[in-house]
Amino acid sequence: MTQTAAAPPAIELVGIDKSFGQVHANRDINLAVAAGSIHGIIGENGAGKSTLMSILYGFYQADRGDILIGGQKTVIRDSAAAIAAGIGMVHQHFMLVENFTVLENVMLGAEGGATLARGTAAAREELKRIEREYGLDVDPDAVIEELPVGRQQRVEILKALFRGAEILILDEPTGVLTPAEADHLFRILKVLKEQGKTVILITHKLREIMAITDTVSVMRRGELVATRRTAETTVEELAELMVGRRVLLRVDKGPAAPREVRLGVENLTVRDGRGVTMVDDVSFAVRAGEIVGIAGVAGNGQSELLEAIAGIRRPASGTITLGGKSVGGLDPAALRRRGLAHVPEDRHHMGLVLPFEENENAILGYHGAPEYCRGPFLSLDAMRRDAKAKIEKYDIRPPNCRLRTANFSGGNQQKIVLAREIERDPDVLIIGQPTRGVDIGAIEFIHRRIVEMRDAGKAILLVSVELDEIRALADRILVMFAGRVVGEERPDCGEQTLGMMMAGVSGGQGASA
Amino acid sequence: MEAFDTLVLILASTMRLTVPLLLAALAGLYSERAGVFDIGLEGKMLAGAFAAGATAAVTGSAWAGLGMAVVVAVALSLVHGFASITHRGNQIVSGVAINFVAAGLTALLGQAWFQQGGRTPQVSGDARFSPIVLPFTEEIAAVPILGPVYRSLLSGQNLLTWIAFLAVPLSFYVLYRTRFGLRLRAVGENPAAVDTAGISVTWLRYRAVIICGVLTGLAGTYLAIAQSANFVKDMSAGKGYIALAALIFAKWKPVPVMFACLLFGFLDAVAIRLQGTPVPFIGTVPVQIFQALPYVLTVILLAGFIGTAVPPKAGGVPYTKER
Repeated sequence: MTQTAAAPPAIELVGIDKSFGQVHANRDINLAVAAGSIHGIIGENGAGKSTLMSILYGFYQADRGDILIGGQKTVIRDSAAAIAAGIGMVHQHFMLVENFTVLENVMLGAEGGATLARGTAAAREELKRIEREYGLDVDPDAVIEELPVGRQQRVEILKALFRGAEILILDEPTGVLTPAEADHLFRILKVLKEQGKTVILITHKLREIMAITDTVSVMRRGELVATRRTAETTVEELAELMVGRRVLLRVDKGPAAPREVRLGVENLTVRDGRGVTMVDDVSFAVRAGEIVGIAGVAGNGQSELLEAIAGIRRPASGTITLGGKSVGGLDPAALRRRGLAHVPEDRHHMGLVLPFEENENAILGYHGAPEYCRGPFLSLDAMRRDAKAKIEKYDIRPPNCRLRTANFSGGNQQKIVLAREIERDPDVLIIGQPTRGVDIGAIEFIHRRIVEMRDAGKAILLVSVELDEIRALADRILVMFAGRVVGEERPDCGEQTLGMMMAGVSGGQGASA
Repeated sequence: MEAFDTLVLILASTMRLTVPLLLAALAGLYSERAGVFDIGLEGKMLAGAFAAGATAAVTGSAWAGLGMAVVVAVALSLVHGFASITHRGNQIVSGVAINFVAAGLTALLGQAWFQQGGRTPQVSGDARFSPIVLPFTEEIAAVPILGPVYRSLLSGQNLLTWIAFLAVPLSFYVLYRTRFGLRLRAVGENPAAVDTAGISVTWLRYRAVIICGVLTGLAGTYLAIAQSANFVKDMSAGKGYIALAALIFAKWKPVPVMFACLLFGFLDAVAIRLQGTPVPFIGTVPVQIFQALPYVLTVILLAGFIGTAVPPKAGGVPYTKER
């Protein structure tokens, strides 16, 4: 015991400071992580977590401050130096060559000689050993692009361990994982810890911090505002530290008062470009004054369902009705005129044109509306006046309607899309992933807006892969699996029940995920 | 027997016409596999041809010509690298600029230095790469089939032809069996993966464009002082573009690149052979039809027969570390 107490921390940061021009990304950061522990770093987007880790991995140099690895002052000039110091990193976007095999990816940069022949055999042996030791379960000869994301992530972990990493940094590792894959990852992290490795977990999900870490540090606006032992803190305290004020984690809403059916979907079947059936004979209805949530692991047909309802994808069969009238075959613009608003799942791809100015995106899709036009021309004055009003109402920051949309944070971009769709006062609102990549503070705001819409008597269809979000917002939950609606539950049903249904284990049909 | 002789002649001509395509296509292979698109193969080949022709004419040494051609082509490659790797410029714009500069400058300098309308003086003897006659050529010349094939196809090829064809297995080995090759392929697909593995993306890509320069220099040398005996204005005549077509056709793989170049060389040989001679049942075919065939074939085959050619994923995209 005295030995461990005397051991220097695996990693220690002393007075790290970093600015990018005007932006002070990291301010005087002091942090010590004990060897053989799992340390969480939590904070909103733009709080400086990623910058700090990039400094540790040699992507940037700190302007001031020291890094101590195992008590030794270490200068990390580039990634090679970080690897040599025993630091491995699992990036949010995997650093894998997709058409290479697992083995080739692991060897890249650690080939063991100018030709590959000898190194390959040795690497294969070493890979097998690491795989067994940590229960990673990856085939060395599999090609990356054919692996599911969860396995690709394990290849990233393999890569780090193959290079002899003692300290493993994971940047938002669960963002792309299914709940089951995330659980598997946490088991692996626990094994790593038992083997004496140090793990640093960067995330904005409070639940993960509580579930797996030993200690946790909170970052806010470039500063490290607190470090706690996980056992001695609460979700509420961490959330407050992150945002800097009290946050309502539960959504406050009264019971729903559903009225007539506004959106009807009957026997809808949708196929994708390859002819694969993605939505299979789905029927449901959304009434005025209620929120219907669609839960499910990503890729089970929710996206195609949304696109079909929004008029982007033509269904193979079935009918869609809006206010009792069939709207099959109408394009998105026509649907919009009939009171359907759509907040797409992927705001970068479908919701916004990132190089446009904020005020341009704020009317996109409604740019033909008379209030924004003067004859055949756009009225820039009207657009900007309108954009300013929305910026104020939705607290979009920075409050500058001439700024390129790409320069807004994820949460503010989402607010731009929401403001655009909600302020047209639609009868039916369909929303995909309302808070993907959005900060806690903004999540609270967006959730409140959605509930207000419901209380104003709108019909709302909500698709999210975040089970917590569905449970918090929806009045009824439909679960999709393999293109079918496999069940309907009330939001107060157990998470276990929903989880089983999402995995395809329900109602006696024993399909496995 | 006459048909056989014609065939051997066409095949021999195919070999000669394939060499510059093959060298240029392999040059493009290294560059593009590393993620640097190179539409400037044409210009580098042309500049290399001029450098080889001019140097050989002045010094009387083919080797000096070769050396100068490589130096000039590598220099242009480095310009391309500086624009597209260091300064993250548009690779197509940079490549096109190199083509224009090469076309204009070779003609201008050729006229200024030699006053022969942009040509360089005719050279002969040691100032050219002459055919290497293999042993026993005459002894077995009388043997049917084997004799003419040996004499026309294998014997009598010059050094650069041998280099070009030996470069194919060598490139295969480098690309798939060496550390450099693994990294080269990786940097063309996902430079961030290479960067985070602690390898310099910049240096890796520069090495790829340097190899590209060396090979286009060889291609130019072949045009000026192996296939011909002097540099002629615009003598690359679109071969750099055909090489690019071959590269796409072969999906950026060394051995298929050789076959694609042989196919295009063959079409070229047939076109030359059929120039002015009537084709049975059809009559005289305009030579332009045959000259267009490589391009037409590439489009048709890519459109339906060999599936889509997926270029290196990071091709054409300058690497910027994410913020």
